[in-house]
Amino acid sequence: MHGLAFDVAHLLAGSLVLVSFMMLYQDRLYALLNVFALHAVVLSLSVGWQAYIQSAPHLYVTAVIALVFKAGIIPFALHRMIVRLGIHREIETVASIGPIMLAGIGLVALSMAVMLRITPHADLVAREDLAFALSVLLLGLLIMVTRRNAVGQVVGFMSMENGLVLAATGAKGMPLVVEISVAFSVLIAFIVIGIFLFRIRERFDTVDMGALDRFQGDRQ
Amino acid sequence: MALAVDFAVQGGQMLLVIVLAPFLTGILQKMKARLLRRQGPSVLQHYRDLLKLMRKDVVLAENASWLFRAVPYVIFAATWVAAALIPTFATGLLFSWTADLIAIVALLGTARFFLALAGMDVGTSFGGIGSSREVMIASLAEPAMIMIVFSLALLAGSTQLSTIAQFMVSPAVGLRVSLGLAFIALTMVGLAENARIPVDNPATHLELTMVHEAMVLEYSGRHLALIELAASLKLLLYFSLIACIFLPWGTAPPHAQWQAYGIGLAAYAAKIALGAIVLAVFETATAKMRVFRVPTFLGAALMLGLLGALLLFVSRGL
Amino acid sequence: MPGGVHILILQCCVLSLLTTAVAAIPFGRRPVGTALIYGASAVISAIGCATATIALFANQSEALQLPLGLPWIGANFRLDALSSLFLVIVNLGATGASVYAMGHGRDEHAPQRVLPFFAAFLAGMNLVVLSDDAFTFLLSWEFMSLTSWALVMAHHRQSDTAHAGYVYLLMASFGTFALLLAYGVLAGAAGNYGFEAMRMQHPAAITSAVVLVLVLIGAGSKAGLVPLHVWLPLAHPAAPSHVSALMSGVMTKVAIYAFIRIVFDLLGPPLWWWGIVVLALGGITSLMGVLYALFENDIKRVLAYSTIENIGFIFVGLGLALAFRADHFESAAVLALTAALFHAFNHSIFKSLLFFGSGAVLSATGERNMDKLGGLIHRMPLTAFACLAGCIAIAALPPSNGFASEWLTFQAVLLSPELPQWGLKLLVPAVGALLALSVALAAACFVRVFGITFLGRARTPAAADAHETDGYSLFVMLSLATTCLIAGIVPGFFIDAIAPVVQGIFAHHMPHQSAVAWLSIVPITKDRSSYNGLLIFLFLAVSAGLSACVLRLLSSNRVRRVPIWDGGFPDPTPLMQYSAESFAQPIRRIFGTLLFRAREHIDMPSPGDMRPARLDVKLVDVIWDTIYAPLARAVSLITKRLNILQFLTIRRYLSLVFSALVVLLLVVAIWR
Repeated sequence: MHGLAFDVAHLLAGSLVLVSFMMLYQDRLYALLNVFALHAVVLSLSVGWQAYIQSAPHLYVTAVIALVFKAGIIPFALHRMIVRLGIHREIETVASIGPIMLAGIGLVALSMAVMLRITPHADLVAREDLAFALSVLLLGLLIMVTRRNAVGQVVGFMSMENGLVLAATGAKGMPLVVEISVAFSVLIAFIVIGIFLFRIRERFDTVDMGALDRFQGDRQ
Repeated sequence: MALAVDFAVQGGQMLLVIVLAPFLTGILQKMKARLLRRQGPSVLQHYRDLLKLMRKDVVLAENASWLFRAVPYVIFAATWVAAALIPTFATGLLFSWTADLIAIVALLGTARFFLALAGMDVGTSFGGIGSSREVMIASLAEPAMIMIVFSLALLAGSTQLSTIAQFMVSPAVGLRVSLGLAFIALTMVGLAENARIPVDNPATHLELTMVHEAMVLEYSGRHLALIELAASLKLLLYFSLIACIFLPWGTAPPHAQWQAYGIGLAAYAAKIALGAIVLAVFETATAKMRVFRVPTFLGAALMLGLLGALLLFVSRGL
Repeated sequence: MPGGVHILILQCCVLSLLTTAVAAIPFGRRPVGTALIYGASAVISAIGCATATIALFANQSEALQLPLGLPWIGANFRLDALSSLFLVIVNLGATGASVYAMGHGRDEHAPQRVLPFFAAFLAGMNLVVLSDDAFTFLLSWEFMSLTSWALVMAHHRQSDTAHAGYVYLLMASFGTFALLLAYGVLAGAAGNYGFEAMRMQHPAAITSAVVLVLVLIGAGSKAGLVPLHVWLPLAHPAAPSHVSALMSGVMTKVAIYAFIRIVFDLLGPPLWWWGIVVLALGGITSLMGVLYALFENDIKRVLAYSTIENIGFIFVGLGLALAFRADHFESAAVLALTAALFHAFNHSIFKSLLFFGSGAVLSATGERNMDKLGGLIHRMPLTAFACLAGCIAIAALPPSNGFASEWLTFQAVLLSPELPQWGLKLLVPAVGALLALSVALAAACFVRVFGITFLGRARTPAAADAHETDGYSLFVMLSLATTCLIAGIVPGFFIDAIAPVVQGIFAHHMPHQSAVAWLSIVPITKDRSSYNGLLIFLFLAVSAGLSACVLRLLSSNRVRRVPIWDGGFPDPTPLMQYSAESFAQPIRRIFGTLLFRAREHIDMPSPGDMRPARLDVKLVDVIWDTIYAPLARAVSLITKRLNILQFLTIRRYLSLVFSALVVLLLVVAIWR
């Protein structure tokens, strides 16, 4: 079949999906951030391995960026933000964990079905890696949908972007400029969201999205 | 002649698992004590405990029925037959084709069924609490185990353990994602089925923290000795299963020479020792979960098993 | 091949059963009537069973035509391998129920309400399996439904029996209507109602789809597929125990026969998506059935819901067979169909056994509620032993027959990655997980049933004063338990007996099992998988015996009886032990919160307040509330509106007739 190198790539991509599942059921914010850091570490390992088997040295840079920024700086900044917002003790009741996990499995099955059907002529290994990357993206969206806390939604958004990076590095030849521009846009989005979080906190004394629904429009 | 040799090897394995099981429990207890900076009991203490229990009288409740007295023998028989059918130092033993992995899982299910019935026999609330929690754990652990069996069977093309073990040694296996998922799920199921921390505490007799100990609360004497031996045997069974599937190197192929059996025995001993060390460290480092977090834990194992099987259905390369 | 002695003997049996039914009307009131009628049914059914077994091994198709019924086709009957197998199942169950009723039926208050309909019910079931054209089939099906309805209504003075009978009659009529439509579509424009003619036709894909859906509704509602199952847990417990055993164990198999006959035999080659529908329905039925069973306290209701679970299991096997057949994997289709048929046979055996046990408990204690029983193993040891064998079989534990058929089904599931369609690739592992979950939950359910009913201490005086049942019941129960064990130890013989049936449907059969060394079963090839029930049983027996001998030598033999230790906290009353609801509480918390909206409410009095604490458990039957209750409300609303038609004036009635006539004339004018 295929060699050990591609097996390791699959293994790392599968671990990324697994870590996304772990993020789904975390209900404490510190634990969520730790798992997100783990997500970024696994992503950088995966990108580094892709750099090794594709012999593409610019992907090493991508791996280092992922490691430094997403496993180091961003979780650290979110950590401090949580402490300043004062929400580090909150427990987010992720309602009915069972159906959410089942939905996660359904999403993995869906991405498998989509990817393996619409690309019948491409290399099998690349298609499976793409399927895993699509799963990570969909799971990131699921994390955003099932969280009520704004910080949790930011983490979900970041993990979506991890999935995009995995997809891009799996397909051969992602130029470095794309990676840098994507990373910068995410950074800008992150800064803007951070600023908005603080404004929201100032106005409404809470960052719970459910509570903010009360102030929508003319609703009393 | 060859038939006699095969018979001897199979019989040797059946004796080996019985002799080794209390030793394994002893090693675990000693290591956990050492990690907590205690001296701990000797590694042969479990043998002495079993002999002591055998010499004591059997003390039965007034309303214990014939089922209560028969259950320890049934549990021991089912666990021993299941443990004897798992390849330890050699694959392809004489009777390995009588039961495949599904039948072995179901034999353990039989033992658990009767143990739960025994817990309900005397009619106390302790027995009831043990039995009801045990069937709750089983209702999630057994499907997880079946999904793991499915993943392994789809990879190896067979549910026979010897065939699976030989497939794992062959170069066709590679490092598969579904194998990794199956390994994690099997470890979680093994912890739950053997009543280890974080699911149940094997060293306690407080009713709020016990599942297995609650069901055997009324047993004494030789009955309790049989049940304890069966529990040690089950732990050895799970170690052998993980070793046979995920650490298959060193196992002797069928109809091999004496040297190969010797190497197989040494490899088996090394794998069991490794497993004991890992389990001891893990149990000392983790706390027991609340009982109603166990379904989440086992639900995760079931999801991992389902995901592994699903990936194999979708693409044979995964 | 027309003629044939076996079909003649079976028709004579049916005729004798009908005669017995008629004879039961005057004889029923006499005390000797019960023994006579049930004895006659037992003998006739035994003859029928033996004849059907011989016909199954002879494997020749025999036909018979009688000049009854519709004038242009008459009444056609046929005995082929499929009919023989199901006749064996029907008559075996009937014999067991008749012998059981000879003991149990003595307690019947109104035997004249049960006896005639019992024999007629048996006759009806035999006729359904023997029918070879649509008219005879539907007539026998309705006859079967009506006689079983009469049996359900036998205890009409009990409060919930009327409701049960009403729902049963509605659902049975609805099912027959669906089957009628199915046969109408199958017969086509030419109106060929004979099965031979239907087999020759090759319907279009859309026609086959319509027939499949109608058969799923018609036969599925009689078998108990979710969501058409609602009558089963109402009707099966309401009937007398031997009739419950027949309805659960045997009549559901007649419905399975109808499904197999129409979908596998009459409909022609299947399409791949049929497998998806049947698999999905089977998996959901299996899980929902066992979850409902775990939350019920009435023993007979638990058994009825467990029947639903096993029917789901059988339908999963049938769905796999359809999917494999559509993709031309013949050996896998054969395995799946054999597994489903074997499970149908096994289920009829152990479900009858368990219903007989519950009938014994009911007549000994007067209670069906598990929470009022307990400790019966001391008062009724042989019944308890037989029920234990039944519980082991239904929980699919080796070496029982339940495990053998579950093992075969799992082997069929493991063959399914070869299926190319994506829908099947994604559905089959999900259905496999559902099956594994329902098997584990079934084991939990029957630990609960056996433990709460037979073990522990008696919770009420009724349970403490129970007595062992009569000889007939014990004989039947122990024979059925032995059959479960034998079918589990040597499943190869039973698989070989089913081979002619599968050969008739698929023109292919499983490898010959009786020739395998040591009587193992090898469904595909030896290095793929094998199972040897006999050796496993011997190993278990030898290990248990060996350990008993060694302990007798090495250990002390003294046994002391003392009061219960219980951790040093003796319970003041036997009600302090676990009840049925408390046993199911962890599982209710995990699975019931979402699917059944299970809520617990604890009302704890403050310290110093002397009133007792209160625990309220609320469960919602989601299927009834989402489908049937709105349907009933809609029908009620429509009928209220239409009620105006009863109170019109004469002029209004005349104008109604006039406008109808004008409309019809307009239609004729436009059509021409």
